[in-house]
Amino acid sequence: MITLENVSKTYHTKDGVVQALKNVSLTIERGDIFGIIGMSGAGKSTLVRTLNFLEKPTAGTVMVDGKDLSKLSEKELREERRGIGMIFQHFNLLMQKNVTDNICFPLKIAGMPKDKARARANELLEIVGLTDKAKAYPVQLSGGQKQRVAIARALATNPKILLCDEATSALDPQTTKSILALLKEINQKYGITIVIITHEMAVVREICTRVGIIGNGELVEHGNVIDVFSHPQSEQAKELVLRNHGENYELVESLETKNCVRIVFSENSSYEPVIANMVLKFGMPVNILKADTKNVSGIAHGEMILGLPEDTGVAQDMLVYLRERNLAVEEVTGYVG
Amino acid sequence: MWDKAVVDMIIAGIGETLYMTLVSTFFGYVFGLPLGVALRVTDKDGIRPNAVVYKVLDFISNIVRSVPFLILLIVLIPFTRMIVGKSYGSTATIVPLVVAATPFIGRMVESSLREVDGGVIEAAQSMGAGNFTIIFRVLLVEARTSILVGATIAIGTILGYSAMAGTVGGGGLGDIAIRYGYHRYQADIMIVTVILLIVLVQIFQTIGMFISNKLDRRKR
Repeated sequence: MITLENVSKTYHTKDGVVQALKNVSLTIERGDIFGIIGMSGAGKSTLVRTLNFLEKPTAGTVMVDGKDLSKLSEKELREERRGIGMIFQHFNLLMQKNVTDNICFPLKIAGMPKDKARARANELLEIVGLTDKAKAYPVQLSGGQKQRVAIARALATNPKILLCDEATSALDPQTTKSILALLKEINQKYGITIVIITHEMAVVREICTRVGIIGNGELVEHGNVIDVFSHPQSEQAKELVLRNHGENYELVESLETKNCVRIVFSENSSYEPVIANMVLKFGMPVNILKADTKNVSGIAHGEMILGLPEDTGVAQDMLVYLRERNLAVEEVTGYVG
Repeated sequence: MWDKAVVDMIIAGIGETLYMTLVSTFFGYVFGLPLGVALRVTDKDGIRPNAVVYKVLDFISNIVRSVPFLILLIVLIPFTRMIVGKSYGSTATIVPLVVAATPFIGRMVESSLREVDGGVIEAAQSMGAGNFTIIFRVLLVEARTSILVGATIAIGTILGYSAMAGTVGGGGLGDIAIRYGYHRYQADIMIVTVILLIVLVQIFQTIGMFISNKLDRRKR
């Protein structure tokens, strides 16, 4: 559906050349909910804008639905964009137009007659659950309602793809959940491919099927959400999985331990009391710094952070013991929560 | 001294002032609105950046705004004569008024358009809107309140400028104030005309703010 090949983007600023994207190659399949996650300034917003050519890459190709966007004329590109909806962190609604007119706006651009556009707007209001707000102005709506209007507007032209740029970052957790549920519903009902840019792992865990992790303009890791969550390979991925839980864990300073490991249990490995057996076997206590169960794409995943004994020999043996039981284990240095 | 002649003169003065102010404002916007749009659009963070066009427009509008109106009025006499056929009277004053008002209005329109959130423009681009659509359906619509407030300010300024029209026999309340109050020491007539000018500015201000508030959908 979307293929990026060696996409790079450099900006020339007063302070020199900034490379926002470096050789990013990526394939997003039809019907995916693809999350792109990274710290702020990592280049994720630039990346999502190359997908509809709001940012033209300095090198590389962007193929959408078999079309090379760089080969299109301005006019063709504008037409192509009608097939790619986009929503934003700050909603970007027309403040001087009411809800219906906002939703009709892309239809007007596409040249649809007014009465037909209005009928379509009503359909969309039904989908996003805002039929009673048809005549309201954006200022009268809450953040969540504004984002629903923005979603309706983005869907008006029946796009194949919906790009979401930090679409839930300005919303509270409860509203975020409801917006994510709506996006998931749209993906399942209409088969729209969704690309989500976020800095919150919780968003990716909640609805994404696949994820790409971006750091310093590079795509450092990508794959199924479950795999990346259980076995993060890159530094950036580890950091995001460990620190960015959506909730804030505040661990006491003194719990900072050098010999930490993170273990992820999948459903079938949760039967055996692994940790208890290990403690009995080695006759040495371990410190449980954190234990949690997470819902990752609908599957329960246990996560635990252990402080192993100071004795590095025993600690090594314990690691081997855990790995033998097919758990995803990785060492964590300087865990501070 | 408050005989019919004086009252008639003041009433005629009000008419001339209104005529000069409103017609000049109208033509000021005919030229100033496109100028403001062009300045905003061609600026480096605009939707169609063009450094050359921007610099030229920027330079010209700054020059015209720097020249004192009284000087402009005189310098433009040949040009005025070419356009309206004579260089005195209310109609003749409109020419330099429009020349002075256009860059001023252009700047105000530019700054109003600058208030439109870049995100909204980006959203329109993501829907496949072209530059014309963005100008007419996004920029001008979203900035209309601010543009109207600007128009209110512009009317006030142009009304003030029109008072200098007396120098070229332009008529209007300002002309009366200068001729009677300044040259003939008839302070009472001067005070009346000045009060009338204040009242006119107030009326325009009130009407302008009322309309712009009425049209602003950002209020709950």
